[in-house]
Amino acid sequence: MMDSKTSEIYKQVVLDHNKTPRNYRILDPAMYEAAGHNPLCGDRYHVYLNVDDSGIITDITFSGDGCAISKASASMMTSMLKGKTVTEAEKMFHQFHEMAQGKRDPETDPGDLGRLKVFAGVRNLPARVKCATLSWHTFHAALKGEKKVTTE
Amino acid sequence: MPDVKQQLTAARCRDDFPILNRHVHGKPLVYLDNAASSQMPLQVMEAYRDYHSRYHANVHRGVHQLSQQATDAMEAGRESLRRLINAADAKEVIFTSGTTDAINLVMQSWGRTQVAPGDEIILSTMEHHSNIVPWRMLCDEKKAVLKVIPVTDDGELDLEAYESLLSPRTRLVSIVHVSNTLGTVNPVKQITRMAHARGVPVLVDGAQAVSHMPVDVQDLGCDFYAASGHKMFGPTGIGLLYGKKEHLEKMPPWRGGGDMILSVSFDEILYNELPYKFEAGTPHIAGAIGMGKAAEYLMTLGYEEIQKQEKDLLDYATQQLTAVDGVRIIGTAREKSAVVSFVVDGIHPHDIGTILDFEGVAVRTGHHCTQPLMERYGLTATTRASMAVYNRREEIDLLVHALREAIKVFR
Ligand SMILES: Cc1ncc(COP(=O)(O)O)c(C=O)c1O
Repeated sequence: MMDSKTSEIYKQVVLDHNKTPRNYRILDPAMYEAAGHNPLCGDRYHVYLNVDDSGIITDITFSGDGCAISKASASMMTSMLKGKTVTEAEKMFHQFHEMAQGKRDPETDPGDLGRLKVFAGVRNLPARVKCATLSWHTFHAALKGEKKVTTE
Repeated sequence: MPDVKQQLTAARCRDDFPILNRHVHGKPLVYLDNAASSQMPLQVMEAYRDYHSRYHANVHRGVHQLSQQATDAMEAGRESLRRLINAADAKEVIFTSGTTDAINLVMQSWGRTQVAPGDEIILSTMEHHSNIVPWRMLCDEKKAVLKVIPVTDDGELDLEAYESLLSPRTRLVSIVHVSNTLGTVNPVKQITRMAHARGVPVLVDGAQAVSHMPVDVQDLGCDFYAASGHKMFGPTGIGLLYGKKEHLEKMPPWRGGGDMILSVSFDEILYNELPYKFEAGTPHIAGAIGMGKAAEYLMTLGYEEIQKQEKDLLDYATQQLTAVDGVRIIGTAREKSAVVSFVVDGIHPHDIGTILDFEGVAVRTGHHCTQPLMERYGLTATTRASMAVYNRREEIDLLVHALREAIKVFR
């Protein structure tokens, strides 16, 4: 029997995105790119994206490896952000960050989080918050033109 | 008075560790992270409490009763530690804040005066970062060179390679006694003999050794030996550096302040004798008392009991974990301490660690502060179960059960 705490974060959708990550490839050429590294876990990802003249993210992909939470988060992030404007994407970054840190309850205040609320459970796992947010920080850094982020 | 020695056995000692009765996430705690920090027995807590409730005062400076009692208790702690590692003289036992601090003492005091450009320091691939970073810093400062003894696929040191690394420029060999990641027990006596044959001193990082096996620094022959209180049933924030008197006497102090001096003027300082020369400022008195008590606890329990129990746990854990589909053990040396590091096909150690935690099982996941070693095995992380004498086979069963659950989640 799966413990309820286990199922709170390792939901089927997270396990599925971990097993078959979406947009899991190098984007070449890419207008924006950054590397993200969590030195504590050894999680390492690259996020790549292209943005058109009207500010719409036309393509966003990632490569790299790490734990299930970080990989599923990167996979779901790329699926959610494709087709969004940069402004919308940045807003989601902030909302996701707030949720992961326990500062936003997606049940009462879902904002634009939608399916991403499966990651709400990490707020009870302080050691894993950085796993869920790593790809988002990397995306944010790529947009800002910073090539590298680490979560420490 | 009944013979205490007869009462304290591996079977009974578990009762001395009240924390082992707690629950985590509603499940009984299974504590298998002893290589990170071991737990404290009541006897150590009592010594700690006694100091704080009866004679809390500064040491070596008061004529009043409390200060004298505190001084006596701290020095008794030093003597217990001397006995534990069989140093020739308690003056050779210096209190530090831990193993890291002890290695840094040797680096700052011995290293900065003895190492010159082009000199070489030998370490191994399996060192903890605390036995790499200080030497890297020293080498950067002195334009000296680090040489690294390679590790075999099984996790043993390649002693032939070591022999060939020893050169006329070798100034120090600094080596881990027991690997915190692999559990490998290194032949430090032989390593020391080989270094001494060329007049090279040896530092042994004993952080993972002292609570698991008898350590006799005179028999090992090493020049320095470092250990931490919190990995040997003692408190955090305290550790020791053993150093041969012939070295310590020649070494300059590395921190200045009170307690480490005989007299001070603005023109001249007369340094105190050993060990105080290296203990500037008010020490961690409670820690020193607690660590001394932990040493007594270990000696009362006896290494025969400890090793018998830990060997059984190691063999059982190795056998049970190997039987789990997809599990691969990292570190299969012939001489091993009760540490089992493993990886599971397709599941990241951090996910395993989180799921085990939900089941009340505490293990460590990650690189265990041994990144060069991880790289050697092409890994970024492992899951590590590290046992102590108070652990039980039933706890290994719970670990394996929780691991199977984790694997089910991911399959
Ligand atoms: C082999 C080894 N050396 C050194 C250390 C550092 O000990 P401390 O953090 O107590 O200074 C550790 C602890 O993690 C260790 O396992």
